[in-house]
Amino acid sequence: MNRRRQRWLGPAMLLPAVLYVIGLVGVPFVLAFFYALGDVKVGSVGWHFVGLANFRSVLENPTFRHALRNSFVFTIASQILVLVGANVLALTLKDAFRGRRFFRFLILLPWVAPVSIGSIGWKWILDSLYSVINWVLVRLHLVKPLDVPMWLGQPTLAMISVILVHTWHILPFATVILLAGWTAIPKDIPEAAAVDGAGYFRTLFQITLPMLLPIVNVALLFGIIFTFTDMTVVYILTRGGPYDTTQVLPSLAFFTGILGSDLAEGAAISLFLVPLLAAVAWLMLRTARRAEVA
Amino acid sequence: MAVVETRGLTKLFRGGQVGAVLGVDLLSREGEFLVLLGPSGSGKTTLLRMIAGLEEPTSGEILIGGALVNALTPRERRVAMVFQSYALYPHLTVHGNIVFPLKAQRVARADRDKKAAWAAGLLGIGHLLGRKPRELSGGERQRVALARAIVREPSVFLLDEPLSNLDAKLRASAREEIEQFQKRVGTTTIYVTHDQVEAMAMGDRVVVMNQGRVCQIGTPRDVYDDPADTFVATFLGSPPMNVVETEKALVGFRPEHLRPAGTISAAPGALPISFRFSHEEYLGAERILYGWLEGPPFHGSKAIARVPSTWSRRLTASEPAAFEVAREDLKFFDSETGRRRAALALA
Repeated sequence: MNRRRQRWLGPAMLLPAVLYVIGLVGVPFVLAFFYALGDVKVGSVGWHFVGLANFRSVLENPTFRHALRNSFVFTIASQILVLVGANVLALTLKDAFRGRRFFRFLILLPWVAPVSIGSIGWKWILDSLYSVINWVLVRLHLVKPLDVPMWLGQPTLAMISVILVHTWHILPFATVILLAGWTAIPKDIPEAAAVDGAGYFRTLFQITLPMLLPIVNVALLFGIIFTFTDMTVVYILTRGGPYDTTQVLPSLAFFTGILGSDLAEGAAISLFLVPLLAAVAWLMLRTARRAEVA
Repeated sequence: MAVVETRGLTKLFRGGQVGAVLGVDLLSREGEFLVLLGPSGSGKTTLLRMIAGLEEPTSGEILIGGALVNALTPRERRVAMVFQSYALYPHLTVHGNIVFPLKAQRVARADRDKKAAWAAGLLGIGHLLGRKPRELSGGERQRVALARAIVREPSVFLLDEPLSNLDAKLRASAREEIEQFQKRVGTTTIYVTHDQVEAMAMGDRVVVMNQGRVCQIGTPRDVYDDPADTFVATFLGSPPMNVVETEKALVGFRPEHLRPAGTISAAPGALPISFRFSHEEYLGAERILYGWLEGPPFHGSKAIARVPSTWSRRLTASEPAAFEVAREDLKFFDSETGRRRAALALA
């Protein structure tokens, strides 16, 4: 009786999670393949197999190629900024000082505040007319009043703005992960390195950072997933503009498939995310297995 | 190789509220095995960390090899330290751990490997060089930590309770090994422990510390036979020295010196003591007897006697037994300060 109960208990406990994943991830995923291989539009009836026609059309589209490139630029640039920034913040917040709890709370705010609110705040900060940044720059006589930078209106500046705002948003998450990693390194280890004759940088690069590596990997992989699949910041700040120069794959898929009602092409675009995300997921599992901070 | 000296070394924590080390004057000898012994919180580890350069003294001076090192970083002091946790670098192999101090000194690779092989050979861990710390047993980790400490031939070794993470059996053999090893390399060693057996067995000299101060420095025999104050008298020895109050002073004598009457053949005669037995612990080779001392000058003080189990007489609580202490085994302490004082004539 007892043993039989045990045999069923495990699977029964697991079932909700499995159903959830199948229902909300598996089904849409399969559906996306069906859409991408057919000619579905919003409101159309029936489905006709069109082979790889959608993928071909997507690949020929310059906007898509630009969005693909943007996705990588967006992800790589923001992750570099996040890793450096989060390490600096974690090292600063690691040691006890007056008001540390308050600062930790402040640093965490961008992550816990809804991204839409944060991004709308930034939309105003970067606004073409009311930008406080420009107001300051003009008062400091760094730019002329009639020749202010259009933060969201010029392609390069817009891309930089999107990257910086997204970095601002996910920085706290990486900081918290790295803070946990730094705290987990016993105090003895850097002290032993100091007695062994290692200076600050040797200790950092040969001892503490390598020990931190598994945790940095976790932060990085989460960051990549959050960034590569994110469209909130782009959607709220620029809507992919000006002239689709800040489109990333998720936003382009959304604009094409949902707003442009071409479900098939939208699905095809979003499927380009799959190989990269699969690779990241595989790396993640490998890192989790290898994590060996003793 | 070098001697270590501290002058009025003091460390206060929390803005001067808590004193960890208070005015410690210490002078090691060349190649000496010096043990810092004290209960937890006595400041021995803080003292060691100040010598290593990991803790900044509030005041006082530290000299290594005659040179003032207060302002030097740990790396410039050329000391090696073995931590209680061993603090091995978990992501490096045993070889990587051992050569790390050499890398930090920019020793050439060929030299590094040669020295690492030498250190590993000395500690018998040559076959472990390719392993990671987590694949090692406690005893092996401890050897790796030692190898990492000796590999660059430091002027001073600092060891912070390196045996406390080993099980009892291993501890005894590791104790012996460290001692032999130190004799062989001849490097001045400062060893922190709270274990009096370790201190007595290993130390050339023992520094007994309590509440941030040095109570006594001396050979194991000195501190055991001639304790400078009641703290040293009662901290060393198991069971501790009997310290009983008399009208003029505190009188101390070791449990093994409280013997059944008639077993002492010492010249100056013995002080007869009437011992009322309460209970006993039989430890195989010896018997620990607990009870009270009766009659002047010790009326009613608790005392412990340690007699060989070859003395087989049974004691009962109903009747006081005749015991005695050789007069030379009586130590006198000031009633106020607890410091040693000149012998007094007892009734």
